[in-house]
Amino acid sequence: MTTQTKKSIFNRPEKPYVHPYFGGLVLGIILFLAFFLTGNGLGSSGATSRIDAALVDAVSPSHVDNNPYLLKMAGGDKNPFDDWIIPVFFGALLGGFSSGFFNGRLKFMTTKGPNISNRTRWLMSFLGGVIFLYGARMARGCTSGQALSGGATLAAGSWAVMLAIFAGAYAVAYFVRKLWN
Amino acid sequence: MNFPLPSLVAVSAANPWTYVLFAAIGFAFGYTLEMSGFGDSRKLAAQFYFTEMTVLKVMFTAIVVAMVLLFGAAGLGILDFSLVWVNPTYLASGILGGLIMGVGFIVGGFCPTTSLASASTGKIDGMFFMFGGFVGAFLFGETEQYFTNWYNNAGYYGRLTLDQVFGIPVGAVVVLVVLMALFMFWGGEQLERIFGKKDLSKEPKLRPMGAAVLVVAALAVFVIGSPSLESKYNKVKFTRTIDEKPVVFSADSMLEQRYVFITPAEAFKAKYTQSMNPVYLDVRSEADYNLYHIEDAVNVPLDRLEEIIPILLTEPPANTVFIVMSNDETAAVQAWKVLVASSIQNAYILEGGVNNWIVFFGKDDKTLQVQPNPNAGDDQIKYIFPVALGSKYESCSPNPQEYETLTFEAKIKLQLKRDKSGGGCG
Repeated sequence: MTTQTKKSIFNRPEKPYVHPYFGGLVLGIILFLAFFLTGNGLGSSGATSRIDAALVDAVSPSHVDNNPYLLKMAGGDKNPFDDWIIPVFFGALLGGFSSGFFNGRLKFMTTKGPNISNRTRWLMSFLGGVIFLYGARMARGCTSGQALSGGATLAAGSWAVMLAIFAGAYAVAYFVRKLWN
Repeated sequence: MNFPLPSLVAVSAANPWTYVLFAAIGFAFGYTLEMSGFGDSRKLAAQFYFTEMTVLKVMFTAIVVAMVLLFGAAGLGILDFSLVWVNPTYLASGILGGLIMGVGFIVGGFCPTTSLASASTGKIDGMFFMFGGFVGAFLFGETEQYFTNWYNNAGYYGRLTLDQVFGIPVGAVVVLVVLMALFMFWGGEQLERIFGKKDLSKEPKLRPMGAAVLVVAALAVFVIGSPSLESKYNKVKFTRTIDEKPVVFSADSMLEQRYVFITPAEAFKAKYTQSMNPVYLDVRSEADYNLYHIEDAVNVPLDRLEEIIPILLTEPPANTVFIVMSNDETAAVQAWKVLVASSIQNAYILEGGVNNWIVFFGKDDKTLQVQPNPNAGDDQIKYIFPVALGSKYESCSPNPQEYETLTFEAKIKLQLKRDKSGGGCG
């Protein structure tokens, strides 16, 4: 892996990742605190739609008014950014950046399987993003908003979504194994 | 102190500092995902080839830790679980959307939040995923109108939790989920050993201890159980402005002061008030309801009221006002106590019940030919109806023009909770 040897931005030494159970414990406490203090869990895919809605609203407000899905977020004088998920989204970007900075993992690189080119990986990444967010909006939440937050509150529908995510990924994994192995 | 904090349940421009708090939560979220290795797509994809089960371990540890703490706090009565957002169940769109997400996961190597952790640390594939996400969410917004009926109705069950599905106490579900997660961790480690050639002897020795702590905590949640409706009722507080000062009342003193009893005139006018959306809950027997009821009233006999609480918590818009009624007031007061104990806001009682409504609106109603029933006891209907016409009498839906001017002392103080239409991840 040639990219591994590249120095990180700011030249900080790269530290190893934390143990998964420890990471999970910290994440669980954050999730609990979010629910405990605010009544809301964690999420991010809702912010993607809201940012989209704001962009559409800026370019063509009349299109928002003719689209019932966008209308709920940006119709009339509604501000699509007036929702808790927006600061969570930007906070998560900053948090990821900070962890990368302190642990020496800030570097421009592409994480991919050994047998594909960077271009293929980028294309697949983009496609995966399109597919994932389409599904996330359909299911009203992604791995954070449904699987993690809904899972912890024992929401029946969220457990169904969680199982479906794993089922979908395992069902297709064999056919795209060249991407990763 | 009661959690969640009312001032924090919604981000709004009126309280700019709520943005700071939610940004801090997001920061911790992104930081944890990155330090767990979720900025690297290979670590995420490895989950689906059994070589590394980090996704499963992090995710399920987080779920069980948060779950044990949440239901523990709810059981101890410091957290009001009915104010906690529980994703409503839409089985059909949830399962199809989940399957689509799974495909996106293995093709793209990320999920939305992990792509943030990845993109923000300079991973180019993470950035491509993030931009793809904007396109995908946009496409959904553009195509939702073609299947909006299916999307909003198929397999809809509202606020439904696993304990309700299985009909067992929530503490028992907590114990079972913890045991299931521990079994999956054990299984996951075996898979890592077989497919990932991982040496398990190098894993930390603290793991069995952590597992034991989790099991003990889950058992404690089971033993504590859920707080009774009565204990929740005793904790409910109301605020009313008396002489321009806010005064806090208990639920019982609200009843004593009759602050929650509204006259037939006010109950009727609520229907024509733009700012509120009244729901008339008729808690009498079906037989009484069939004899005479207010138009649009929903019949939920008192003994079945608790069954529909989950629907009342999620379904109606934020400005809903619940007006409960019985023939007089006895059953309606009982129903009001159940609603209030279940954290349902804006619940009021029709003063004098349906009997009083008939006295007020029925006196000019030519279609209503009834005899007084001298033998009627408390909370029984005071009239003898020759036929059961339900809401077909004129006085069941008084003419808004005829009653345009009604004077009454307005008791309804609309409390706006967060609008749940966009809640959760939506």
